[in-house]
Amino acid sequence: MTINACNPLSTLKSHLSAACAAATLLLAAGGAQAADLNALIWCDHSDPALLEPFEKANNVKVNVKEFEGTGAGLAIVEQSQPGDWDVMVIDSIDVPRGVEKGLFEPLPEDKLPFSDLFPEVKMDKSTIVDGKRYGITEKFGYNTIGFNKTKVDPADMQSLASLTSDKYKGKVAIYDYYLPVIGMAALAIGKKTADLTEADLPALKAELLKMKANAKLVGEVTASQTALATGEVDILVGGGEWVTAGLAKENPALDFSIPKEGAVLWSQSLAMFKDSKNKDMALKFIQYILSPEGQARLATSSCYWGMPSNTKATLTDEQKKILRFDEQPGFLARAQAYPAPNADLDKKMQDMWTEMLQAQ
Amino acid sequence: MSIAGNDKRALPWALVTPALAWTCAFFVLPFIAMGVSSLTAHEGGGFTTANYSQFFTDPSYWRAMVNSLEVTAIVTVISILLAYPFAWILAEMVPERWQRLALMLAVLPFWTSYVVRSYSWLLVLAQNGVINRTLTGIGLIGEPLQLANTRFATVTGFVHFFVMLLTLTIFANLKQLSPSYRKAAADLGAGPVRTFVHVVLPLTLPGIMVGAFLTFVLCIGDYITPQILGGNNELVMPQLVMMQIGRRGDFPLASALAIILMAVVTIAYLACARWLKIERA
Repeated sequence: MTINACNPLSTLKSHLSAACAAATLLLAAGGAQAADLNALIWCDHSDPALLEPFEKANNVKVNVKEFEGTGAGLAIVEQSQPGDWDVMVIDSIDVPRGVEKGLFEPLPEDKLPFSDLFPEVKMDKSTIVDGKRYGITEKFGYNTIGFNKTKVDPADMQSLASLTSDKYKGKVAIYDYYLPVIGMAALAIGKKTADLTEADLPALKAELLKMKANAKLVGEVTASQTALATGEVDILVGGGEWVTAGLAKENPALDFSIPKEGAVLWSQSLAMFKDSKNKDMALKFIQYILSPEGQARLATSSCYWGMPSNTKATLTDEQKKILRFDEQPGFLARAQAYPAPNADLDKKMQDMWTEMLQAQ
Repeated sequence: MSIAGNDKRALPWALVTPALAWTCAFFVLPFIAMGVSSLTAHEGGGFTTANYSQFFTDPSYWRAMVNSLEVTAIVTVISILLAYPFAWILAEMVPERWQRLALMLAVLPFWTSYVVRSYSWLLVLAQNGVINRTLTGIGLIGEPLQLANTRFATVTGFVHFFVMLLTLTIFANLKQLSPSYRKAAADLGAGPVRTFVHVVLPLTLPGIMVGAFLTFVLCIGDYITPQILGGNNELVMPQLVMMQIGRRGDFPLASALAIILMAVVTIAYLACARWLKIERA
């Protein structure tokens, strides 16, 4: 018996060598992309109408990775190598979480249009840590009451009490994001969102359960938008311009109110990673997004609309009307920030939210 | 001679190595990592069993498992009840030359995206959907029924998918069944019903159990259908797992919940094991 020329181990070895060579090539190709800009973003930033002008002007490819929720975003960063990401979109109130983890680079205030921003949305308490600014608000809006004005009495939508009244039982959807809706529950029971403590949880839970009893569904962005747009429900708790503005052309009956108790202000910021290998381009990207043109494109992104933080955004009159641009000073005066619980209270709030979801 | 002998021993190992390496890389190692993660504290690291105790002590977490088991059991039973007669008709009543076409038509919905199919059901079951419009149109009901965003909707979406799967496994089993069994039963005086109950049904149990087990595993681990059709009015385990990752980046708790879910699947496997053997007993 002779040794077979086609020894399977030899064949396997040669295939492994080929695979290693292919892997080396792939890695080398990956390295060649280092000049690209890698952005961890929310879906509104993946609109080609927003990215393409920047890519063309700077001859750069923007690689985007979408995520929902700060927890998910930070988890992606933790599983990445330092330097994998250049910029990140993050809830303004969560900027300190990124700073605590040592992720972000201070932003050069003199190179960004801070003086053009709505003063109320600069969110200095969150975006400035130890005297350094780590985030700049790029877009904002309200978690409030979104509704179909042909199906409900708009006067009723001026009070959060309507959300739990029998009149609208089964006509309500709840946006599935615990912080803003807990904030709305706080406003409904007369609490300030900034002052919430563990002692408030029983009252908040009772209010949430009343909302749930009236609700037909609790849905994430797409589900709640669809429910309101298709007439499955007439009211969206936590809705606002981010739901109604983008659908205004198809369904002009959709509107939002800022009730007498107030609304919850949402605000998203851009931050730059400390370990970015492309900080100059990252800064250019932030400058572009905050520019009047970039702001108009971001505000009217195909994923969802929202108010630009820059007062000089080049929106058309029609777009400003849909976003109720001129009413912003009044809205902002009545809006309160997202609740900003510490880690322990945050977990308790999430458990309370889970209980609300499971309640029959 | 000894080299040839070594080659003979090496060949099976060489052939099985890719499969072993694949299983190690994509199942064993991730599973170990998940196990370690499930015993780690989310804040600050360190050993803890708190992630498991959270599941057993928090009623809303425990409720998610109950919901998962209830939905899965309902889906499995309904799917079997619908798939068996369907497979029977295909195997026994459809002429042989049409069976391939009939099977292809039966699995046609498999060709569409799972997400698109779920959203399609949402449109069918919605307040302004096909069913409610029809029922109100012919005057059977005055107000639209709440069909979407309910457990009913979740079960409907699942059953639509799993009936096809069960039909395939039962059909394959029925086709393997030799006609001699039925002839022998008839020779011994058994009528069609008795033949079915005492001969055909027991012999097709492996097909039913394989399909039922696959249905159980896929259904209890599915996130998309309950998320789209259930309206978040009750949570099932995969939704609870996703909440931990999406909201808090709490991989340790998500890992613990996933391992508990896997333990349930393992118990289901052990319960069905005698029917899940590849060779016929």
